[in-house]
Amino acid sequence: MRWIADAALALRLLARDWRAGELTLVAIAVVVAVASVTTVGFFADRVHQALSRQANQLLGADLVISGDRQLDSSFAAEAERRGLQVARMLRFPSMTTGNGQSVLAEVKVVTAGYPLRGELRIADAQHGVDRRATEIPKPGTVWVDERLITRLQLQVGDAIEIGQSRLPITQIITQEPDSAIGFINAGPRIMINDADIAATGLVQVGSRIRYRVLVAGAPAAITDYRGWVTLKLAPGQRVESIEDARPEIRSALERSEKFLSLAALLSVVLAAVAIALAARRFLQRHLDACAIMRCHGASQSRLVRLYLLQFIVLGAVASLAGCIAGFVAQHALALWLGSLVTVELPEPGWMPALHGFVTGLSLLLGFALPPVIALAKVPTLRVLRRDIGAPSGMGLLGYALGAVVIAGLIIWKAGDLRLGGMVFAGFSGAMLVAGLLAWGVIALVSRLGGAGVSWRFGIANLRRRPLASVLQVVALGIGVMALLTLTIIRSELLDLWQRSLPPDAPNRFIVNVQQDQIPALKKFFDGRGIAMPELHPMVRARLTGINDRQVAPADYTDDRARRLVDREFNLSWATQMQKDNRLIAGNWWSGGAGNKSARTDQFSLEDGIAKALGVGVGDKLTFDAAGSAFTAEITSLRKVDWDSFNVNFFVVSPPGLLEKYPASYVTSFYLPPGNVELLNALVKQFPNFLLIDVAQVLGQVQTMITQVSRAVQFVFLFTLLAGLVVLYAAIASTQDERLYQATIMRTLGASRAQLARANLAEFAVIGALAGLIAVAGANALGYVLAQRVINVGYEFSYVLWGFGILGTVLGVMLAGHLGTRHVLRIAPLRVLRMLS
Amino acid sequence: MTEESPKPIVRVTQLGKQVTTGDSTLTILRDVSFTVNAGEAVAVVGASGSGKSTLLGLLAGLDTPTSGSVSISGEELFALDEDGRAALRARLVGFVFQSFNLLPAMTALENVMLPLELAGESGAAAAAKTLLERVGLGGRLTHYPKQLSGGEQQRVAIARAFATRPALLLADEPTGNLDAATGAAIIDLMFELNRERGTTLILVTHDLELSRRCGRALRLAAGELQL
Repeated sequence: MRWIADAALALRLLARDWRAGELTLVAIAVVVAVASVTTVGFFADRVHQALSRQANQLLGADLVISGDRQLDSSFAAEAERRGLQVARMLRFPSMTTGNGQSVLAEVKVVTAGYPLRGELRIADAQHGVDRRATEIPKPGTVWVDERLITRLQLQVGDAIEIGQSRLPITQIITQEPDSAIGFINAGPRIMINDADIAATGLVQVGSRIRYRVLVAGAPAAITDYRGWVTLKLAPGQRVESIEDARPEIRSALERSEKFLSLAALLSVVLAAVAIALAARRFLQRHLDACAIMRCHGASQSRLVRLYLLQFIVLGAVASLAGCIAGFVAQHALALWLGSLVTVELPEPGWMPALHGFVTGLSLLLGFALPPVIALAKVPTLRVLRRDIGAPSGMGLLGYALGAVVIAGLIIWKAGDLRLGGMVFAGFSGAMLVAGLLAWGVIALVSRLGGAGVSWRFGIANLRRRPLASVLQVVALGIGVMALLTLTIIRSELLDLWQRSLPPDAPNRFIVNVQQDQIPALKKFFDGRGIAMPELHPMVRARLTGINDRQVAPADYTDDRARRLVDREFNLSWATQMQKDNRLIAGNWWSGGAGNKSARTDQFSLEDGIAKALGVGVGDKLTFDAAGSAFTAEITSLRKVDWDSFNVNFFVVSPPGLLEKYPASYVTSFYLPPGNVELLNALVKQFPNFLLIDVAQVLGQVQTMITQVSRAVQFVFLFTLLAGLVVLYAAIASTQDERLYQATIMRTLGASRAQLARANLAEFAVIGALAGLIAVAGANALGYVLAQRVINVGYEFSYVLWGFGILGTVLGVMLAGHLGTRHVLRIAPLRVLRMLS
Repeated sequence: MTEESPKPIVRVTQLGKQVTTGDSTLTILRDVSFTVNAGEAVAVVGASGSGKSTLLGLLAGLDTPTSGSVSISGEELFALDEDGRAALRARLVGFVFQSFNLLPAMTALENVMLPLELAGESGAAAAAKTLLERVGLGGRLTHYPKQLSGGEQQRVAIARAFATRPALLLADEPTGNLDAATGAAIIDLMFELNRERGTTLILVTHDLELSRRCGRALRLAAGELQL
C-alpha cells in the first residue's frame, strides 16, 4: 500500500530531477547498455528462428542417412518394406564446362520423389517466374541454378559438360531444400537424374561423394525405422532428423552468438562505470533534498522507497528505449551484413527485449541502490551544518553489489560459470592494468610541470581527480581499442598474410587424378612447356583406433578432433619429407624405398592434428581403408607451413604400407594469370579432375572474415559510445568543482581563453593516454593473433600508433571541450552566488 | 513547571550536549532548562559558538543530546526513534534556515509543495500557490532558486515552513545571509504569519533588533543559559 501511495510522489520527484538534467547521463548509459545487448539478442533470435523453421526444409526429408561410402542397399529396401517414402541422392563437387569456360560446381544426383519434404522451385528461364517442381530432371537433362548460368553466360537450352556427359539445361533452380543453411556455401549447383550418373564417369576412387538415403513418413514409423537403422550403421555413416539437423551450424551459431553477447557486455561494463559515476553525483546533489525531506518528517524507509521507485521507473523507461534502439540497430546490422545472410529472417521475438530489460534494470539498481540507501541515512542535522555529508562506508560495499551484478550478467550470457568467470576476470584484469598504467602516467606527467600556466592548471586537474581521470582514460581506451582491433588490425593482418605468400606460390590445385591418367597428364604439361608438378598419392581412410582403443567422435570434446574421427582422412606416402615441413619430434624414416630394413608400418603426423587427437610419437593408429584395417606407429611429428599452398598431408607413411589401397593423386601448380585456355583444355581432356582456384577460396574466406568482423565492429560501436558516456559522466561528476575553480581563477584575472586551454590540456592528456592504451592493446591483440592464429610475423603498425593516438586525442579534446565550455560562459558572480 | 503557564508547547529539561574529539571532551550545552508557551515568540541569542544552533537542532530532534530531555506538545522527543521524531516534525514543526536550503532542481512552487506532498495532502499545488502569493512571490512560481534573489529565496523558504501549518516554527539565523532592509522585511513577514496562524516561534539570532521584537530572549553563553 505504502508503495502505491508513494508512487505518484516518486513520479513527480522523478519528473523534477529529470527536468533538472540530474538523470540524463544515467538514462543514456542504460540505453547504450541495453541497446548493445538487445541488438545482438534480436539478431541472433532471428537467425535461430530462421534455422528452426527451415529445419525439415534443410533436410528435405524426415530422416536422412548419410555416409561417404556407398550405403547398404538394405537401408532403402527396409524403409520401403515399412511403407515409408524413400529417395536417394548423391552429392559431390565437380568441374563443369559450358561456353568455353569451366567452373567448380556442386552436383546433386537425385531419384524420383526428391524432395520428400520442403520445396524445390524452378523457373523456365533466368529471372523467370518460379513454380514448385513436381518432378526431378528427366534423364538426359540438367537443372542448374542462377549462379551457374550467370557464371558461364549460358541460357536455358544450352548444353553443359559434366564429366564425360553433355546435357542440355532445361530449368533454372530458384530454391531447393537441403542446400543452403542461409550462409555462404560452396559453388553453383547442378541437379541431374540418377539415371545419368554412370555415363558421366565421375564416380571413381577418391571422388568426394556424399551418399544419402532420404526417408519420410508417419512419425512413429520414422522413429521405429530410426531405431532399426541406427544399429546397422557402419563407421562414417550417420542418421539425421529434424531435431539434430546441422549440429555443426547450430554449434557454430551458438558460439558466435555467445561471443557477440560477451562483446556486447563490454559496453555494459563501461556503461556500469558511467552509471556508478552518475549515481555518485546524484547522491552528492541530493543530500540536501534528503535532509530537507527528513526535516519534513519523511522516514528513512520512505526515502529509500521514494528513490527506489524513481530508479525503477527510470530504469524501466531507459531499458525500453534501449530495447527500441536495439531493435532498430539489429535491422541496420542485418542490412549491413547483407549477403552473409541469404535466408529471409523472420521478425525477432520478445525474449531478447526481456533480457535487455533485466540487464538494464539490474545494472541500474546494482549501481544506484547503495547510494540511495546511503542517501536515506543522511543526518538531518545537515540542514543546519552543511559540512555533514552522507555516512561513509557505503562506497566499497556499493561497488561490490555492482560488481556482483556485472559478474552475474556475464555468467548468464556466457552460459557457464567457468567461461563467465574467465571473461569477468579478463575484463577486470584489462581494466586494472589499463587503470594502473593511466595512474602511473598521470603521476609522472604531473611531476613534469613545464610550459605555461594553462598546461600546469590542466595537469593539476588530472592529479586532483585521479579516480575520475583514470576511469575516463580506461573507458575511452577500451572503447577505442575494441574498434581499432577490428578495423585496422584486421586489415593489417590480412595484408601481412597475403604479403607473406611467395608470388609464385601454387594458385591451382588438381584433385582426383587417377593412376592411369598420370602419363596423359605428363604429356599435357610437356606439350605446353610446363614442368610436370609433383603428384602426391592419396588414400582415403577412417581412423578407427588409437593404440588398443576403439575411437568414436563422441570420445572427443574438441570439434576438430570430432570431425577428424567422423570423416575420412587423406593419407599419403612419401620417401622424403616435403621441403616446407619441419620435424619437431621423432625421426623421419631413412634409406628410402631401397632400404629393406626400414619399417613400412610408420606414420608421420602433422603437429596440430596430433595435438587435437591427443597422440604423440610411440602411439599406434589404426585406419580403415575400403573395409580393411591397418595399424602403424607414429614415429615423427611435423610442423607444416600451410601458407605455402603446396599439397600437404596430416598423415604420411613410408612407401609400402598404403599402395595396396585405392588411391588417387593430387597436385598443385602455379598458373600465370590469364592462362584460361590451359584450364579449359585440362578440364576438357580430364573431365573428372577438380580444379580448385586458390584465389577464389581466399576471396571467399576474406569475405566471410570481413562480414563476421563487421558484426563485431557494429557491436563495438556501442562500446565506444559507452566510453564517451563515461567521459561525460566523469565531466559531470566534477562539474561543481570545475565551476568553482574556474570562477576563482577568473576572479583572480585568468582569461576565458586560458581556462579553455587548461581544459584542453587536461583532455589532451586523457586522450593521449586512452589512445596509447587502445593502440598498445590493439597491437598486443594483433601480435597474439598473428603469432598464434595465422602464423605470420607481426609488424607493429606505425600508422596505427600515429592515427590511433592522434585521433583519440582530437576526439577526446572535442568531446571534452563540448562538455565543459558552458562552465566558461557563466558569469563568475552568478557562480559565486550559486555556491554561497 | 509553573502552573500559571497556559499551554506549554516546548519543555526543555536539563539538556546537555558533549562532543568527544580524540581524548578531550567539549561541552556545548550544559543543564539548559526552559519552557515556551503556545503562541510565544522567543529569541535565542548569544555569541558565535555559544551553542545556539546546537540547541535549535536538539529542539527539532535533528540531533540527540548527551543528557536531559525535550518535550514538544507533551511528547518526549528523545523517547522516539529517528523515524518517530521525523513523523513528529512532519506534524508539528516547521523550519527556516540561514542558508535557505531550497532544492535547486525544483521550482519555487515545487519547493513549497514538497512538505505537503510528503504529508500526502491533496491540493498541494493550490495551497503552495496561495502561500507564495501571501509572501509576495505569486509571479515567480515557476522560477528556480538560482533565478531568485536571496530575499526571495528566504520568502520561498518561509512559505515552505508554514505550508504544513506547524504548531512550532524554528528559525536559524533567518536574516543571516540578507542585507538589513531585506532582513527586516523577512522578519516582518515571519511575525505576520506567526500571528495569523497562531504559531509558536523560536528563532536563533545574534541580531539584537530582531531579538527585541520577540516577547522574550534566552541568552546562551558557553553553553549555559543566562537568566
